[in-house]
This record gives sequence, C-alpha cells and structure tokens, in this order.
Amino acid sequence: MELTANDIITWVNKTNEKIQNNKEYLTSLDQAVGDGDHGINMARGFKEVVAKLDDNSYENASDALKDTAMTLMSKVGGAAGPLYGTAFLKLSTSLKDKSAEYTHFLNGLEESLAGLKQRGKSQEGEKTLIDVWAPVIEKMKEQEDFDAALLKDTAESALEKTKDIKATKGRASYLGDRSIGHLDPGSVSSFYVFEALAETIEGGG
Amino acid sequence: MKKIVNDPEYVVRDMLEGLIAAHPDTLKQIPETTVVARKDAPIDNKVGIVSGGGSGHEPAHAGYIGDGMLDAAVCGEVFTSPTPDQVLEGIKAADGGAGVFLIIKNYTGDVMNFDMAAEMAEAEGIDVEKVVVNDDVAVEDSASTTGRRGIAGTIFVHKIAGAKAAAGGSLQEVKDIAEKVTGNVRSMGMALTPCTVPAAGEPSFSLNEDEMEIGIGIHGESGIEKKEVTSANEIAEELTNNVLEDIEFNHGDDVALIVNGMGATPEMELYILNKKVNEILVERGLNIYKTLVGNYMTALEMSGCSVTLLKLDEEMKSLLDAESSAPAYNI
Repeated sequence: MELTANDIITWVNKTNEKIQNNKEYLTSLDQAVGDGDHGINMARGFKEVVAKLDDNSYENASDALKDTAMTLMSKVGGAAGPLYGTAFLKLSTSLKDKSAEYTHFLNGLEESLAGLKQRGKSQEGEKTLIDVWAPVIEKMKEQEDFDAALLKDTAESALEKTKDIKATKGRASYLGDRSIGHLDPGSVSSFYVFEALAETIEGGG
Repeated sequence: MKKIVNDPEYVVRDMLEGLIAAHPDTLKQIPETTVVARKDAPIDNKVGIVSGGGSGHEPAHAGYIGDGMLDAAVCGEVFTSPTPDQVLEGIKAADGGAGVFLIIKNYTGDVMNFDMAAEMAEAEGIDVEKVVVNDDVAVEDSASTTGRRGIAGTIFVHKIAGAKAAAGGSLQEVKDIAEKVTGNVRSMGMALTPCTVPAAGEPSFSLNEDEMEIGIGIHGESGIEKKEVTSANEIAEELTNNVLEDIEFNHGDDVALIVNGMGATPEMELYILNKKVNEILVERGLNIYKTLVGNYMTALEMSGCSVTLLKLDEEMKSLLDAESSAPAYNI
C-alpha cells in the first residue's frame, strides 16, 4: 500500500480530532508531571496544520508532510513544537521524490526517530515520546506492509509502558520518582498520531 | 478562573499591545511577531542581547529591555517557549553586525527552540552565541537528567552580559562573562499557592491551606517536596542554606542577592524574608554587595518566592553597577 497526499491529510485530520477531543486530558497529564501546556500547545498547532492543509493542494505526500512540519514548528512552541516539527520534516525529506509506499515510509519514520533523538538529546527509556516512536518503528520493521491493527496495538502497549518509567528527560525529570505512575503526555499525543495513522490505513487499505 | 483577560487565546497578543502602549518611547514590537525590541534596535556594531521564553513571568523578559541590558525579548505563549521562527525574528531585530547573544533558561522547550533559531540565523550569516542558565539547586544535575532549571538567576545574566555588550565587548567576551555568571549563580524557590494558566483555566497543582511546595520552578509546575507551611525565617533558612551548600562561598566573598516574588507575594513578605536571608549571609561572613527585592521573574499569580545568590568578582561587580535603563531593573 502507498500513502497519497490525501492520505496524509486524512492522517493529520484524524490526529487533530483526537487531540482536540483530548486537549483537557493531555493538559491534565502534563499538569501531573510538567507544566500543563501540552494539550493547549498541540491543539493550537494541529488546528493550524489542518487549516494550512485545507488551503492548499498537494501532489505528493512529501509536500503535505513538509507543510505539516513547518506549521507545527511555528505554531506549537514548547518542547512539542520542535520535536513533532522535526519528526514530520524528516519524514517529508526522506520521502522527497519518492512514493510513500511501505518501505519508503518506514525509512522515513526511522529518520524521524533519529531526528527526535538528536533534537531532544534523548534515548529510549527516558519517558518521552521516543518510547512510543521507537517500539512502533521496531515492530513495523518486522512487517512488509502496513498493518493497522498491529500498529495501533504496538503504539498502545508502548504508551502503557511509559507509566512505569521514571522520567530522566524533559520537564517531568524534575519530579524524579514522583513521575512514576503517570503517563507521559508526549507519549499519549504520539499514540494519537499512530492511532490516526492506523485508522487512515484502515480506511484507505 | 477569575482573571482580567478577554479571550484566553489572545492574552499574549493583548499584553504586548498594552506593554508597547506603556513604553512608546523605548520599546517597539516587531510587526507580525511576538518580539519586543528596543526602539533604537539594532545598535550598530554592538553585540545584540536576546532573551525570552514563555509569557507569564513578567516583568521578565521584556521588562529587561533597555540600554545596558536586552536588545530584544521573544515572548512565547503563557509558560511555553517561543517558536524558532519568532526567536529568529528576535535575533534579526537585535543584530547590529557584531553578532547576537542568546540567554536561554534551561527548559527542554526553550533550549530546543532557541537552538533551532540559532541554526537558522547562522544559515543567514548572523553570528550567534548562547548561554543556558541553570541556577536552580532544587533539581539535581546529573548526566542522566536535562540538568537544573533556569530561574531568577537569569536576571543577573541579563544585567551582566548586557552591560558587557554595552561596554563594547565582543561576542566571545559577552559569552565568557555570561558563562562566568551562570557558573556562580544559584537559586531556589518555594510556593504557597499554585497559579492558573488562562488557557487551562484551572490551577496547575493543588496545595492544602497548611501546605507549601518547596523547590518550584517558574512555570506553575509542582516542586520537589510538599511540606507544612512554616515561618518566614524557616523558609528563608531552607532556601538560603540549600543555595549556600551548592557552591563554595568563602568568608569575605562579595555576593549579589535577589529575593524574588513569584507574582502574588506582597513586598512586605519579601522584606521579611530578606531580613532573615541577610542575617544568614552576614553570619556566614559574606559581604552583600547588592540586594534586589521584588518581582523579577514570576509565575503569574503564584504566591511564593525564590532566593538567588551570585558570587561576584571585580569584573562582575563593575558590570552589575553599570547603568541600565530597563524599566524592571532600575537600581
């Protein structure tokens, strides 16, 4: 299966819906471990992305992803802006002049993960969104094509695992042991991103 | 939530208009941005000093714009780092050809957004250097954490780096002195009440009437420990002793002190704290060269305080004494 520019738009729209619907939930998670702005920032950013994609037409997935990235970077702020901006920009760059078929898309996601690690100076196991991105990509590498159910399940179980990790990166790290037992807000928003991707694949597959 | 706002989405926009209206002779807003700059910026051949961060810390950061301090301040959403494109506009507004120096507080988002902006500015041919302020002793510094937070000690970095640039210091010289300040400044804070971010509409954490939160940052986040509220003297002792333990202060050292309010603490209480902090420092044989008491780096309407100490050398003393026209630093 290959993702078209329209699939990317669907993906972003579905992500936006989930974030708008869970804006307060994300904020309350962030209030427990951070400064409580994650839901607000993500909702502001994705609302702008949807408007941006709506106003333009795209010939390929890469261009739609690029506008997504640039809008997130310039509208989200906080830590989430540069991180999600970088992730989508790396995916876009990796897919430039290529069709977004499974192998290419997966390579792009690997580039995104490398970008997230570099930008956040972070690794797996530090209770950040990387703890969702890394296992999802690892699982996808075992497959040969998109598998919506597997994608969603992997993202979901990775998300649950962040609850037991002690934060050593990001704002939550200041809480030390007090961070254990809480879901990482960035991991929750990343779960929405992958859940939306799974639904997009389901719809278009 | 009971606040004097219009639409919570537009608090920063509305605040900036009001801020510029209050200082029309000295400040300007860069059109289409959340950047506030000196009206006469950029200054030819002077290193531009740019700071910024989330809004909600007033008078930080725009209150420190002026001769001898900042050239531009980049205002993010409430408690949210400004985005790279906005920081880039701040850098451009401050660039008078001698390079631009960024003062960043150590929060993950601030560091990432300012780093990205610095990369963009360098791609456009502007020399950029930076310092990351990490004065908060409440959070541990270790290889596995992002390190300490930057809080009220940032004011001393603004002042001293700003004075060095005003005196004609090169970009490297400004960086050197700013690093000397960050190496010698330590702070710790506490809160009696949380604050409410307008867009969130609810307090960022909860505290019972008889509780206080020790080791808070400046974003309404909870601290490292909840405790029963004690007297001003005991609060002063806990904060000051933690700060003193963290760096080697010797008998006879000159220090500069900030007793900073978090937004909702009356000056009366800050002076009560200062009385005890003063006694502790004198007992330790330290010479208090300069004291600032007031709201310098706040967290909206949070009530609470922080104590900052900077160990001074001769150069830092003279730069601290240099004139500043910034409205929030008029000593």
